Amino acid sequence: MNIPNAQYVLGIDGQNCSIKIVTDEVDLFVPLDPDNVHFQAIQKWVAEGNTIAEAE
Amino acid sequence: MGKSKDLATLATTLNNGVNLQPNLIINGDMSVDQRNSGSLVTVSNSTDTFCPDRFRFTENHSGTFTIQQVEDAPDDLEYSSKITVTGTDTSLAATEFARILQGIEGKNISHLNWGSSSAKTCTLTFYVKSSVTGKYYISINNNATNRNMLKAYTINTADTWEKKTIKIIGDTSGTWLTTNAAGIYIMWTLGTGSTYQSSTVDAYQSGFYMGASDQTNLAATNSATWQLTGVSFVVGDTAPVTHPYESYDENLARCQRYYWNYLTLNNQYQTMGNGSLYTASSAYINFDFPVQMRAEPTLGAAASYIVFISNGGSGAASSVAGDYGSVNNKRVNLVLASSLTSGHAGFGFSQSTSDRLYFDAEL
Repeated sequence: MNIPNAQYVLGIDGQNCSIKIVTDEVDLFVPLDPDNVHFQAIQKWVAEGNTIAEAE
Repeated sequence: MGKSKDLATLATTLNNGVNLQPNLIINGDMSVDQRNSGSLVTVSNSTDTFCPDRFRFTENHSGTFTIQQVEDAPDDLEYSSKITVTGTDTSLAATEFARILQGIEGKNISHLNWGSSSAKTCTLTFYVKSSVTGKYYISINNNATNRNMLKAYTINTADTWEKKTIKIIGDTSGTWLTTNAAGIYIMWTLGTGSTYQSSTVDAYQSGFYMGASDQTNLAATNSATWQLTGVSFVVGDTAPVTHPYESYDENLARCQRYYWNYLTLNNQYQTMGNGSLYTASSAYINFDFPVQMRAEPTLGAAASYIVFISNGGSGAASSVAGDYGSVNNKRVNLVLASSLTSGHAGFGFSQSTSDRLYFDAEL
């Protein structure tokens, strides 16, 4: 999975509920679920030195 | 007619007409293509492309490919997945490869007992057609990709459907997950560099390999094609005589555990269900999945013209965002460009043929 960027998204309660990845074709909202393969890919991306931006 | 002949006839009938052992491969007849609806897909380098559902194609070299669900199949089947080389790479570097695979969820393989002394033998059957004859490899892997077995097959005649039946003994070692993660990966290799080549065939080994040194490199030939359909993976050492029949709705439901397409491209005025205005500029719509998904899914959204309509007026969504969810449902937030009346109920719908909304829990 190519991850060009990543930013937390706030849920209805004002807490981080997912991570947004903007691609050329679609916006992806990845849940904070360790069983989700996109979340696993983001964790690997972070381990490589990248940072998830804070929510706006 | 003697009893032995009766029994033989009965066995043949059962094998032909009844799915005695369930097919652990999902969408093996390639009939469900939620993402692409049969359209030609240009594959991006190092990007997973699912075409059709559950079959993931990945290439990592300088060759280029397209992939498409096409209406070309042997008798008793209608569709196949067709991979076409659109740009060549005649000499693969060490870590370069092209492959198509399916991950079988661990929850569906617990009865195989892989990783123990009672590991069961299975049989992989598929139909393949290619413009390039030669030797190809199947690669069987566990989730951690530290257990591997290579099996060879040969495409004998160009541009002709050939049925391949391969016995897969169960691995008595290693860890083969029985959770909602991938338990077994079954991979069809279309070319690989030396890093992923091994001379150990027909036996499990440690590590991750995709083929031997004599694996055909499909990408060496411009306009080469390779097609796959009728894939089954069943317990036992006997292949089904015909591809195990599964109705379209059963097949679709099995696919939707991993991917649910809600809004499709080129389909204007699709409803997005009912919701309410949590604030004047934020409408929430809850999506209940048709089947329980494997994990909480990723929401994919391309919302160029999605509108929320309430009795107080309508407002276009400036963006769509995923909110909290589970394996059963997902709440989606339509952030409106203009204010409506907080607390009002309403419904959303798409006004653009380019809008997309999907839920992805693939392996």
